[in-house]
Amino acid sequence: MLDATTLNPAQERGATVELSMQAALNLALAETLDEDPKALIFGEDVGRLGGVFRVTDGLQERFGATRVFDTPLAESGILGMSVGLAMAGFHPIPEVQFDGFAYPAVNQIICQIGRMNYRSRGTLPMPITLRVPSFGGIRAPEHHGESLEAMFAHVPGLKVVSPSDPQQAYHLLKYAAQRPDPVIFMEPKSRYWQKAQVNLHDGGTPEGARVARPGRHLTLIAWGAMVSRCLQVAELAEEDGIDVEVLDLRWLKPIDAEGLAASVAKTRRAVVVHEGPRTSGLGAEVAALVTEECFNTLKAPVERVTGFDVPYPSGDLEDEYLPGIDRILFGIQRVLEHRRG
Amino acid sequence: MPLVSTPPEDELKRLYTLLTTVRQLDLAAVRWQRQGVIPGYAPMLGQEAAQVGSGCAVDPSRDFVFPTYREMGVAKALGVDMVEYMSTHKATWHGGLYNPAQTHLAPIQAVVAGSVLHAVGWAQGQVIKHADTNPGPDGFNIALTYFGDGASSQGDVHEAMNFAAIMKSPVIFFVQNNGWAISVPTDRQVAGGSVAARAAGYGMPAEQVDGNDVVAVLEATRRAVAHARAGNGPMLIEAMTYRLGPHSTSDDPGRYRTLAEEQSAQNADPLQRCERVLRERFGVTDHFFQAALADAEAEAEQVRAGVVALGPRPGHEMFEFVFQEMTPALAAQAASWREESEHA
Repeated sequence: MLDATTLNPAQERGATVELSMQAALNLALAETLDEDPKALIFGEDVGRLGGVFRVTDGLQERFGATRVFDTPLAESGILGMSVGLAMAGFHPIPEVQFDGFAYPAVNQIICQIGRMNYRSRGTLPMPITLRVPSFGGIRAPEHHGESLEAMFAHVPGLKVVSPSDPQQAYHLLKYAAQRPDPVIFMEPKSRYWQKAQVNLHDGGTPEGARVARPGRHLTLIAWGAMVSRCLQVAELAEEDGIDVEVLDLRWLKPIDAEGLAASVAKTRRAVVVHEGPRTSGLGAEVAALVTEECFNTLKAPVERVTGFDVPYPSGDLEDEYLPGIDRILFGIQRVLEHRRG
Repeated sequence: MPLVSTPPEDELKRLYTLLTTVRQLDLAAVRWQRQGVIPGYAPMLGQEAAQVGSGCAVDPSRDFVFPTYREMGVAKALGVDMVEYMSTHKATWHGGLYNPAQTHLAPIQAVVAGSVLHAVGWAQGQVIKHADTNPGPDGFNIALTYFGDGASSQGDVHEAMNFAAIMKSPVIFFVQNNGWAISVPTDRQVAGGSVAARAAGYGMPAEQVDGNDVVAVLEATRRAVAHARAGNGPMLIEAMTYRLGPHSTSDDPGRYRTLAEEQSAQNADPLQRCERVLRERFGVTDHFFQAALADAEAEAEQVRAGVVALGPRPGHEMFEFVFQEMTPALAAQAASWREESEHA
């Protein structure tokens, strides 16, 4: 486990340290527990084991089994307990082990966590950060590759965020854990082990979208694991003289409509990329926002490159399902070649 | 049928007064619905002893109570403002207008068993707060959560009991077994015939009590409170009672039970049983009962006036309470609502 006290002294302001997303998240959780005595971490296997993805590695040892504890294997119980702990003044940071296992807790997440502040007229806030290892790409069993952002973004009272790299993971998790509202924190599990430079002192603004790569010809809009794929695509497109901007949406609720508009107003073309199924996916919301904000400047309809309207397939078919480099390039081609009338 | 034991006259009178107050308020609320004052109501007729008895066993200055949508008698026993409580049935605000953080009565919960896990979380929070001094000279603050025989079928109830028993959370699971989950009787709802029997599977003590005996309920709940306060973990109480009225003002019990059945259940009326003991043991006379009834009717009339006077909440509250930190999109919707409703 990384320890901020050993990392920070060596680090000049502005300097960076190489971390995987798993390590960055682990560090963010450790610092949160350190700085916020009301913060609690619990879920299945998060204590002694340190989580199946080791995101909570070493935290129980360091902060004790009162603040970092294993629960029975029952997601509704984990989330329902979070409500009561929040009512008692705590800041729960529960983990649902895999995206698909958030479904058994849907009543507690949607009907309880999402509504308690409202139902109680603001007297019982729900400062809960629900960590959900999310999305596909690791050839996992069924229910281990779901994209839940559209479902949760649709729910009044919930906020949804997804980091795309270790830098985002560290700063967004710390920020989310300090919020007085419930935040669904979707960790792209296929990106846990990729390392990148992280500036621990300067994360920029933790709100809104972020231009991951500036460009002039079109905007690729993505979040989670799809951001790095879009960056790859942008490099390939550059070889053909296409200058692609990549917008890391980060917050899936609230969506940064201004940031979206600013990017697309400049590039005049947009392709939104996500892993979840197309119909009623978050890409539809993004396309609607872009259209509302940029209708007069758009040179082509907003293109969606997404998963298909099928259950998330087995590992062997995963690459057929997920938006791959070629499919994203086809999407780019369609918006570039679009001719009005 | 007498009561399980006889408390001092003053205490029994206080209990009887509360029973009468909630009985009259409950009957009145059904009338208000028929008169069009409120759109709907879920009567607790017949369950007064189960609610008043248990509600009087906790200390709302430190404990926390988690109701469903039929715990008016509990709310009254805790001292919650009845107009603010009834506002949920007036369709003023879903959770009711009372402040749950101050009253220690969680907002009214329409998902059966939805709040049982919240009680476990709150209770476990008390353990975490006192992790250094477990449980301290005053014992734990405890959570009291209500659900019915129908809700006992919900998976959340199992998860809650299992979690609480494993963590030894100071929570009391209070089951009002009123015989009916809308139209489905307990024998089509509860395998094994008793919710209390399930507690053994969690290694948790349980008591099944006569839910129409206000003293039995009070004493059993006090035992459970003492058990949980002392750090011995959760306990379950199953109060056997009967829902004399319909499930709600939209329900028609004639479709699933007979009048004879309802009349035989009325023999166990919790108010009559309390009255009989007051008369026979303490020689309490008509004067007391007439005064209690008159006071209860007057209070119900006052609550009615308060409910009638409740205007709708201002529309901006729809937006205001969704988040602590409002999102730009929601602020824009609120602005647009304001602008367009002003032009309408």
